[in-house]
Amino acid sequence: MSTLDTVPALRARRIRVSPSGTAGLAVVAFWLLVAVAGPAIAPFPPGHISDAGVLAPISRAFPMGTDYLGRDVLSRIVWGARYTVGVALLATAIASFTGTALGLCAAARGGWFDSVLSRILDAFISMPSKMFALVIVSAFGSAIPVLVVTLAVIYVPGCYRLSRSMAININAMDFIAVARARGERTFYIMRHEILPNMVLPVLTDFGLRFVFVVLLLSGLSFLGVGIQPPNADWGSLVRENIEGLREGAPAVIMPALMIASLTIGVNLLIDNLPQRRGATAEGH
Amino acid sequence: MNSDVFRLIAVRVAVALGTLLIVSGIVFTATNLLPGDVAEAILGQSASPEAVAGVRRALNLDRPAPVRYVEWLFNLLTGDLGQSLVNRLPVAHLLASRLPNSLLLAGIAASICVPVALLLGITTAVWRGTLYDRAISTFTITTVSVPEFLVATLAVLVFAVTLRWLPAMSYATNVESIGQLFRSFSLPVATLSCVVMAQMTRMTRAALLTVLSSSYVEMAVLKGARPARIVLLHALPNAIGPIANAIAFNLSYLVGGAIIVEIIFSYPGIARLMVDAVATRDLPLIQACAMIFSAAYLMLVLLADICAIVSNPRLRYR
Repeated sequence: MSTLDTVPALRARRIRVSPSGTAGLAVVAFWLLVAVAGPAIAPFPPGHISDAGVLAPISRAFPMGTDYLGRDVLSRIVWGARYTVGVALLATAIASFTGTALGLCAAARGGWFDSVLSRILDAFISMPSKMFALVIVSAFGSAIPVLVVTLAVIYVPGCYRLSRSMAININAMDFIAVARARGERTFYIMRHEILPNMVLPVLTDFGLRFVFVVLLLSGLSFLGVGIQPPNADWGSLVRENIEGLREGAPAVIMPALMIASLTIGVNLLIDNLPQRRGATAEGH
Repeated sequence: MNSDVFRLIAVRVAVALGTLLIVSGIVFTATNLLPGDVAEAILGQSASPEAVAGVRRALNLDRPAPVRYVEWLFNLLTGDLGQSLVNRLPVAHLLASRLPNSLLLAGIAASICVPVALLLGITTAVWRGTLYDRAISTFTITTVSVPEFLVATLAVLVFAVTLRWLPAMSYATNVESIGQLFRSFSLPVATLSCVVMAQMTRMTRAALLTVLSSSYVEMAVLKGARPARIVLLHALPNAIGPIANAIAFNLSYLVGGAIIVEIIFSYPGIARLMVDAVATRDLPLIQACAMIFSAAYLMLVLLADICAIVSNPRLRYR
């Protein structure tokens, strides 16, 4: 009786999306679109040097001013979206997939496999993420594949922890015992019994990690060890134009504001998903 | 029962040391398994093979990696951090000139943001759902989710460029008076505090809210205890563990994560030293910095764990 009452109510709540959630979704969709369609919609090629002078203020022709070489900042932001959004999305996807898979394995197998894996991944967490990225980049350089793998490795332990703790809870439930009694293999149980029950928290966590990855990547680019010239993500744009800060040039602040719009958009979106769950302790 | 506390603490210390050992392995591996090696990095692409072999021998690079790892670890333990590859100065010397600056910056920022963050976290948890709570929460989530360089550049734009109250650069040296100290530290400290405080406030609020929703707090409410008494005597003691963790986590950020702030304000701290070392691929220096940051983090987490053990009667009397 009571389950019959609550099921429609739950459904209704899932469909209704709050205004801030919609705004977040719109912002995220907008940046994804820009990342994909960037070259087609940018007013100028990224290397085009205009005649408006360097570090020019906002004008009709240059809605975000020009940079330290006189290039259109709006165009460079549009071109840079594919690095910021693309690299971060790829790295987060790898981290989330690997972390969830390892967490499932650890929970399903337990024993020494679980303890060794947990110990090693905990050691990774105890290195500040920027430090770790600096160590790796100093050794292997800043090629884009290196950056993707480094960012992914940094956020695997967090995904692992989350999915392991959830999987351990689910693993103790009756329907898992039933599946084992039925004679199902461990992989089947992981894939068809445990995983479907943790999809939503894992997706929410994906959004949260994406924010961290965007912030870390743009931080690295800002330090000059991220995306390398002539390519530029939004963090590199801030670095390039940092000399204009003292004159208050829009070229410094605009790319930083774009990063903020992306990360706040993602936060708004995942905050308004049902059943929010995720790490809060690994922001930096 | 006291021996139990000591046993728990001993276990935590052992775990921290074990983790540090694994970290040292990761740092050493990452900086040694690189394509091409340090000798080539020093001499450049056009060096003759004999010269490269000579440098390799001089730097002990011709021996197997596990041997070098054990040696490196032993030297670390005895305080010998090696020599910078770039300017031949002892790494310990370079660190000693920068570490006090970083600790000073972190200390000033910590002494501001820990009390403020605790106050904000506790008050927002108590008055949850009010306009005050929503305003603070919006501010903290915004600060947490924007890049630090946005906070820093906005601070420079407002206070140094528009208002012209403060200098945009900060030099820890040549500080002679209190006024000068204030002028050169206020922008970096404000930026750092802003970022750290936001995260700390959020975590404190979350920790306290968990406790406030428990049934024994409801019991205290029902029996008519005053709100201040409920929060300070019933809820807070049980939230000390998670709150100590939140503080430790964010303080470790002050030591190591301050890179961006140090770069923007040209502050001669240890994080900037590491970024410069990365630019020149000065591996001994990078290794030493990475180890210092990890050790600092582990020490803070250990302290938080000990706080949690000592403050939690259930752990003490188990």
